[in-house]
Amino acid sequence: MKTFLYNLAHTRAGDRGDVLNIGVIARRKEHYPLIAAELPASRVKAFFGTWCRGEVLRYELPKLGALNFVLYGALDGGALASLRLDTQGRSYGYALLRLEIEVPDGLAFDRLV
Amino acid sequence: MIRALRIAGAGGFWGDRHDALLDQVCGGSIDVVTLDYLSEVTMAMLRGRRLRDPGSGWATDFMAALGPALPNVVKRGIKIVTNAGGANPYACADAVLGLARDRGLRGLRVGVVTGDDIFDRIDELYAAGVTLDNVDTGAPLITVRERLLAANAYLGAEPIAKALGAGAQIVIAGRCSDSALALGALLAHFGWADDDWTRRAAGVVAGHLVQHGAQASGGNFAGGWEEVPQLARLGYPIAEVDESGELEVSKHPGLGGQVSSAVVAEQLLYKVGDPRSFVTPDAVADFTDIELEDFGDDRVRLHGVRGFPPPDALPASLAFQEGWRNVATITFVWPYATARARATEAILLERCRNLGIRIDAHHVDLVGLTGAHGPLAPAPAGDPNEVVWRLAIRTEDRESARRFGAEIAPLVASGLPGACRGTGSLRPTPTPIISFWPAQVPRAAVAPSVEVLVA
Repeated sequence: MKTFLYNLAHTRAGDRGDVLNIGVIARRKEHYPLIAAELPASRVKAFFGTWCRGEVLRYELPKLGALNFVLYGALDGGALASLRLDTQGRSYGYALLRLEIEVPDGLAFDRLV
Repeated sequence: MIRALRIAGAGGFWGDRHDALLDQVCGGSIDVVTLDYLSEVTMAMLRGRRLRDPGSGWATDFMAALGPALPNVVKRGIKIVTNAGGANPYACADAVLGLARDRGLRGLRVGVVTGDDIFDRIDELYAAGVTLDNVDTGAPLITVRERLLAANAYLGAEPIAKALGAGAQIVIAGRCSDSALALGALLAHFGWADDDWTRRAAGVVAGHLVQHGAQASGGNFAGGWEEVPQLARLGYPIAEVDESGELEVSKHPGLGGQVSSAVVAEQLLYKVGDPRSFVTPDAVADFTDIELEDFGDDRVRLHGVRGFPPPDALPASLAFQEGWRNVATITFVWPYATARARATEAILLERCRNLGIRIDAHHVDLVGLTGAHGPLAPAPAGDPNEVVWRLAIRTEDRESARRFGAEIAPLVASGLPGACRGTGSLRPTPTPIISFWPAQVPRAAVAPSVEVLVA
């Protein structure tokens, strides 16, 4: 079955110039392998589409149950130059939580949107 | 075992809560407080202010925080380390010394760290082979040389430790690495060896965790905000580091907020690139072996921080002016609010074209529909009660940016109906676009200077 990433993970995003990072942390550590399998860097790159002009790199932190995505050219030039509403991309971690991921039927969640 | 040094964070950016300092000082036992005021481009604004007024150019918010707290800081012997000095650390120190004298706190020792500002040395450095190319894009500095507003090397923790070692109770630095504030206090207290990379890395992580306001104690917490108590009385984070480099995060028990492994994990990854290599002037920290032990009482222990030698070059941040931005907003109400909002874009742009207002780029958001996430979010079905139309422009011409702002209010009377003011002024004013230019400068080319002044 499919579920929103929101139900399995939480995120925090931060900016440095035109580079955005999104930490994706499993709500339950046992769900980390499932999240890691469903979220290759290519999927995050495709999700951001024209809003991320550069590459997307993925780093793994299995002991934290977390992935760190680094998105180059994702902030329309950076905080003071960006014409978007969210100039620093602080809310972009939440955008990613809309992704639907495939999980085993009957998997227990801590959240349900 | 020597007991842990308790380092409290009391501010993560210019504009953070002023009373966090008083709360940290009076809320329980701590040894050191750190306050961070500088973002990548703040230095450009501060240097601009100093050029206009030799007494300004530093983070004046620091005085609003320090004023109510200073008597207790002195009484309890708490050290304060901050980068509030910005582009003018001596002027900041003067204000602190003046405050101390006003409060009858003569004898207060204030350390001043300088040497980060390399703006006036760019040509000298260039002649010595330091080209300050953009480390992200490889572009040469010449492309922005005439538009440069500031140039600073990131200093490390050593000068801060030196100032504390010389008896300073308050240390005021300018541009230094975020984590240097906490690590400087640790080096002064424990005297870790110069090549003790693992313990230094633990200090770097401690600094990273407390250096971004309340984000390590339950603020901006996505992993369970429903359960975070008392955000209006949020206790800011405290890093407790012992002589061996053992690191725990906590907060004062009498205040709100939460320190859990999920909270700490979020902050650990905040603004991090490659977690195998978190580079600072003092050590490179590897986060990938870190495990969090949650004691369940607002206390989390970190295991497995690893450290490596830092690169020879110091990071440097340069800033340059890239033009002007201005933002128009108008609210449109049901029915067909979206259609009228979209049509307004064409009206405004045609009007600007006819008037010779130069616009280099523009962007439209429909706030409430797809404002924050644009194409990343699906538009909700149904005709909305209202949308806030937001059109932002970028232009190299300051006068065009100003004239654009004058074209917004008339749209309410000359444009489409069912409109009222948006989320900002109907006469918006331009803001400068300052861009960040990341570079590197050899360590040997930067000479930090430390002086301790007495009130």
